[in-house]
Amino acid sequence: MTEPFAIEARDLTRRFGNFTAVDRITFNVRVGEVFGFLGANGAGKTTAIRMLTGLLAPTSGQAKVAGHDVYREAERIKRDIGYMSQRFSLYDDLTVRENIRLYGGIYDLSGQEIRDRTALMLGRLGLEHAADQFVRAIPLGWRQKLAFSVALLHQPSVVFLDEPTSGVDPITRRQFWELIYDAAARGTTVLVTTHYLDEAEYCDRISIMVAGRIGALGTPRELKQKFSADSIDEVFVRLARPDVHPPASPSERQG
Amino acid sequence: MTPGSRGVIEVDGVTKRFGDRIALDAVSLAVAPAELFGLIGPDGAGKTTLLRILATLMVPDRGQAFVLGRNVVADLWTLRPRIGYMPGRFSLYPDLSVDENLRFFASVFGTTIAREYRQIAPIYRQLEPFRDRRAAELSGGMKQKLALCCALVHRPELLLLDEPTTGVDAVSRREFWDLLGQLKASGMTVLVSTPYMDEANRCDRIALIQSGRFLAIDTPHAIAASFGRPLLAVRTADRYRALLAMREWPHTSAVYPFGETIHFVDARAEAPPDQIAAELLAFLLSRGFSDASVAPAVPTVEDTFVARMGAPSGERAA
Amino acid sequence: MKALAGLLRKEVYHILRDRRTLVVIIALPVLQVILFGYAIRTDVDHVRLAIVDPEPDAITLALRGRFTAAGVFSIVAVVPRPDALESLFARGIAQGAVVFDGGLAEKLARGLPARLLIVADGSEPNTGSIVRAYAAAVIEAYERERGGAPRGGAQIVPNVRMRFNPTRESSNLFVPGLMAFVLTIVSSLMTAISLTREKETGTMEALLVSPLRPWQIIVGKVLPYLAVGFVSVIGVILEARLVFQVPLRGSVALLLFEGLLFILVSLSLGILISARTSSQRVAMMGALIGTMLPTMLLSGFIFPIESMPWPLQAISFAVPARWFVLVARGIMLKGVGLAYLWLATLILLGMALFLLVVSTRSFHERLE
Repeated sequence: MTEPFAIEARDLTRRFGNFTAVDRITFNVRVGEVFGFLGANGAGKTTAIRMLTGLLAPTSGQAKVAGHDVYREAERIKRDIGYMSQRFSLYDDLTVRENIRLYGGIYDLSGQEIRDRTALMLGRLGLEHAADQFVRAIPLGWRQKLAFSVALLHQPSVVFLDEPTSGVDPITRRQFWELIYDAAARGTTVLVTTHYLDEAEYCDRISIMVAGRIGALGTPRELKQKFSADSIDEVFVRLARPDVHPPASPSERQG
Repeated sequence: MTPGSRGVIEVDGVTKRFGDRIALDAVSLAVAPAELFGLIGPDGAGKTTLLRILATLMVPDRGQAFVLGRNVVADLWTLRPRIGYMPGRFSLYPDLSVDENLRFFASVFGTTIAREYRQIAPIYRQLEPFRDRRAAELSGGMKQKLALCCALVHRPELLLLDEPTTGVDAVSRREFWDLLGQLKASGMTVLVSTPYMDEANRCDRIALIQSGRFLAIDTPHAIAASFGRPLLAVRTADRYRALLAMREWPHTSAVYPFGETIHFVDARAEAPPDQIAAELLAFLLSRGFSDASVAPAVPTVEDTFVARMGAPSGERAA
Repeated sequence: MKALAGLLRKEVYHILRDRRTLVVIIALPVLQVILFGYAIRTDVDHVRLAIVDPEPDAITLALRGRFTAAGVFSIVAVVPRPDALESLFARGIAQGAVVFDGGLAEKLARGLPARLLIVADGSEPNTGSIVRAYAAAVIEAYERERGGAPRGGAQIVPNVRMRFNPTRESSNLFVPGLMAFVLTIVSSLMTAISLTREKETGTMEALLVSPLRPWQIIVGKVLPYLAVGFVSVIGVILEARLVFQVPLRGSVALLLFEGLLFILVSLSLGILISARTSSQRVAMMGALIGTMLPTMLLSGFIFPIESMPWPLQAISFAVPARWFVLVARGIMLKGVGLAYLWLATLILLGMALFLLVVSTRSFHERLE
């Protein structure tokens, strides 16, 4: 893929009957970028991600993921991306090894490739001893890290993560983010959604969706400056309720 | 010591097992009247189990718990009308409207919305525009407020809230905590659990809980201050590589991303902070991080949690 | 292809590792074959026969002996007059009757054809026609032995009547049983689903923590469904009457009452089933298996209970539908009232109370 952008969206829109879930959003994600895709529940994040992962056709607008058009090449997109969500990642009643083998098979990896990558993955995560345990027997934090690694098994160029660190302890969360950084350093583009707003700061750039539109887009620092806020949490609040929480005046900020 | 003398909630060496998994390991706790108390910890730490025991929904295997001076096991029927409990997942009837849900919970406790209106007014006013909407069609923030209303409608003396802010957007979370602050100011005792460390600062006191044990119980300020070691914040554009580099430095005890910066704790117990900062900066510059800056950082509750945790859930401590 | 192979393998693992489902998949067919094999017998043994013999003579006694010897019939009563039959049939004591005219031997001696009446209880599906066929066979055999009439025609002419169902409408036979079948499945499903749905959405926790006692929660669940079920009963009876023209010879009020009672039993069964599980799916399956199979096989709705081996007959006493089918047939086809149905009614009442008490007990006031 020679294009500089791993994800491109222009005026991407999705309507369900009278309801406009996603309203002409436009943004780009560079290759190797860690992009935070934020927004309240119901703001349209999930719908937008479904369109970008080839699961839902847009009503109008354009989008390309990993160089493939979302309308015409949805199947190619699915093969070139990885996906991990908080609600489901791995099968509880299969072992770690069986899960990896399953996904390897689905993404058309050869037996040797699967074996090699399994060893590599388990070694890196320190999970060799758990290779033949049922996933349900493994603590939550490790399961999340494993799920992420499995999403990367077929070496996709873009990976989508939906609230991957939900409910997990602070140390594991950071370990998870190191895995994200590691993937990004190797050239994988990561689009991640999260409700932990301190994690927003870990991203290269973030966007915040409000009522189907993108209300803010930029690096964490840019946004904090623009909204005169000390944290992304405050940016969020100022964005969502500008009448209730107006941006602080400069003198306020010093006080 | 008579039950009730130490507070509205008293937990004494409570242990709870599910099969061979220990959910709570001999934990003890006391919550004072009109206190806003936070139970802070990740999933699986034991928060829900503890709240269920206090709500008289489960029985401890060992130890005792007292609420409002009464034993939670023996006196469950006298306690239930006096406790307001908001389970995780909100437990609202999705096919009933806002008003219908409220009316149901009021009736079940032998009262009516009209009678308790003043009590729930501040919250209900925010729900009023949606009073005929079905609960299933409410946003996360609205559901949260409705569930709180339903827990309050029978004028309990104590509120037990299980992860009321999980999965809800940042703005609603703030508004919710504002509401809790108002309730506390009116004299209500509130015990609330949450996985979000930043919410710890809105509580009077907190207990850090992990793998069924309390890591610390104190005011947020005291817990943060108990960090005990110098904490430095490193800023640089290439954070990940800097992180990896610092891991290789012999003096590193802990280094982890923290918002915009990277937090660093030195292994040398007696080294003065200025010296550490200078050495660290020199090291970073030598590794090519020309834009690096090192400054002292004020420890937060999260820093203390990370330090006290030892190892992540499920792993053995190194 | 590898992807497909991987998927297949995964499904096999799921199947093998889900112990409960595996047991059901393997054990259930075996169980069903045994059950069905024994229960589905359309032949009838031990038909209870009543004899009306106003003037016992050599021929009638010989014939009576033949009926007994056939091994199919057991003679449960010998009465001098036909009016006694009414009560025998109504109470279900007799499934068939042979009515002799007076002076049978004399008529035969004089070469006149003698008629006798075979009455069968037409309210039970198979019994009626089988009684008729067997009885006719016995008589025919006796005739042949005797050498037949001087003029070569049959002398003893059996006249058959199907009591309660003279036109032998099969709908009359099946519809009362069908009513039971439908009502029990729907009722137990309703409560089973309602309770487990509360558990699944999490509202059960909120209910438990309130001052509501378990019995209040249960009554609160049962009563509205009782009302809904009552409408079902009316609907089902109307359909039976209007669409299938099944007669309703007894008291409508009694039938409604019994229907309500039967629904109460099924609702309580649904509650008991859902007290044990928190998954709607499991509750539904449990309700279906717990009501559909026993009702279909062991209620006498299709297959006569008397023909089953005694263990199954014993089990059938515990199947509520068995009693309701009895009651429904009794009221609709036989036109009888509480005088004859008091035992069945009492049993249904007892079952309802028992199930309600047990489910209240097993309904924990806590989460565990």
